[in-house]
Amino acid sequence: MGIWIMAGVTFREAARKKMLWMALAAGGAFLILFATGLHFQAKDFAAHGMSPILRREISFAMVIMGLYAIDLLAVLMTILTSIDTLSGEIASGTIQAIATKPVPRWQVVLGKWLGFCGMLTAYIAIMVSGVNAVTYAMAGVTARHLARGLSLMWMESVVLLSVVFAFATYFSTLTTGVLTLGLHGLAFLGGWIEQFGAMAQTPRAVNVGIIASILMPSEALWRRAAFEMQSPLANSLRISPFGTLSVPSIAMVFYALLYLAIALAVAIRGFSRRDL
Amino acid sequence: MINRSMEMTRSSEFAIRTRGLRKVFNGKVAVRDLTLEVPRGEVFGFLGPNGAGKSTSVKMLLGLVFPTSGEAQILGRPVGDVKTRSRVGFLPEHFRFYDWLTPQELLNLHGRLYAMAHAKLRERVPALLDLVGLTPHRDKRLRDFSKGMLQRIGLAQALLNEPDLIFLDEPTSGLDPVGRRLVRDIIRAQRDRGATVLLNSHLLGEVEITCDRVAFIKDGEVVETRQINDDNEDPITVSVKSPNVTPEIADGLSRWSRSVRTKPEGLTLSVLSRAVVPEIVRYLAASGVDVYEVTPQRPSLEERFLEIVGTDGGL
Repeated sequence: MGIWIMAGVTFREAARKKMLWMALAAGGAFLILFATGLHFQAKDFAAHGMSPILRREISFAMVIMGLYAIDLLAVLMTILTSIDTLSGEIASGTIQAIATKPVPRWQVVLGKWLGFCGMLTAYIAIMVSGVNAVTYAMAGVTARHLARGLSLMWMESVVLLSVVFAFATYFSTLTTGVLTLGLHGLAFLGGWIEQFGAMAQTPRAVNVGIIASILMPSEALWRRAAFEMQSPLANSLRISPFGTLSVPSIAMVFYALLYLAIALAVAIRGFSRRDL
Repeated sequence: MINRSMEMTRSSEFAIRTRGLRKVFNGKVAVRDLTLEVPRGEVFGFLGPNGAGKSTSVKMLLGLVFPTSGEAQILGRPVGDVKTRSRVGFLPEHFRFYDWLTPQELLNLHGRLYAMAHAKLRERVPALLDLVGLTPHRDKRLRDFSKGMLQRIGLAQALLNEPDLIFLDEPTSGLDPVGRRLVRDIIRAQRDRGATVLLNSHLLGEVEITCDRVAFIKDGEVVETRQINDDNEDPITVSVKSPNVTPEIADGLSRWSRSVRTKPEGLTLSVLSRAVVPEIVRYLAASGVDVYEVTPQRPSLEERFLEIVGTDGGL
């Protein structure tokens, strides 16, 4: 019961504080810009008499580009909205009035986590649907294996959310932000090293990327999502800039699930044992 | 077995019972050895200078801070017991809550955390808003509240579940005289319905008016526990305004008084009980002394506080 009360209040907080609405407004602005770009692109394709196959492939690349932008927005929104929820409430003492209620501490953490998950689910579903609706309307294409890609993008945000929660039970808001963004930055850089390593056929560089993904699997989930959603031709020709030269395996996806579960368990354990 | 059963019976007599409670933060002792018994139905004051360990002690009793060692029970159950919390109310020193809520929403949320029924909440929430004088502000967001108004809504949430044990940490902080009076009245009402109140306050005057008993805390230890307004506890100083007391008459007062000091305008006596004051007056009148004024005075809590913690406030 306590879990759902905390989840509800966390979701309502995001809505009342206009976090969700502002993020959706920024996403809406992005969709307008994206649609405008696609509109002019479609006009130019028609004017130059581009072949349908090439036109389709470029449109596929545009879908992935749009989804990549949404992925970045979702990552930032996940970190920025959740960063203050535990550490900030511990520092301000707001948590004291809740932690003295007949609700076990694990339910407080899990409830807050579920509230943010709900918000992220709504945000990612709306924005990914928006990108696909725009590309379908303008160019007649949508992402391939959309459900798989969407699930992986969602999982990436939930991994980051769980990491924020784990850090927030031990560190201040600022430290939590620095650590989480730092880890994601490491994964991002590792992902590119892995891509270039694969391109240059240097296995050691690929291994560096894999190690970075083990330390933080968020970026690997995006690259797997991009692989699932890209056109088969782009995947087989390995011409995409969005990370399909070295594709993270299914084992990496399961590892990310385990990583998520461990991060959440650390958050629950840390919060249940710390002084407030 | 018998010892255990006796122990349990004894535990249930007390709303709060601690033995050797200790808390060390990063090698720094915050609470050295808190041993305390607060019977049910009592208004108990927790007094001490800044940094004496009062707030940490309260937090340990509420399960917010984990003790390094020692034992503590509230309402007969070990601290940290989740179920017991449904019978406890708490007003933190600086009450902060989600400022995007209205007071009505805040009380409803706390009520749901207490697992209170909707019907009960429909009845309790307006009654409490009325009690703390916030009915006209029930639709305002907490972010628009003054410090005093936040304190009032914090007090309302502490009373929401009609708790058996209420922790009030500096409840009058930020309140005007009307608000302070309200807090006093609420504490009395809670005592009248049988609740136990632990009051943590710097305002000794408030504590003196409200509490049945107080504990003085210094350096993380209870250095003294005393009854408030107990005739048997402390000597009383009696000032007598009477200009013509002779040394012989003054000597005659020694049967009631441990010390007699004469002054040009009268004398000051130290007596053990207020009950002897009429006898002193009768004796002086019978001795032909003109008595203009007799004032029995107990040393104030503030005087005792300063005596115990020192004028440096324990710093």
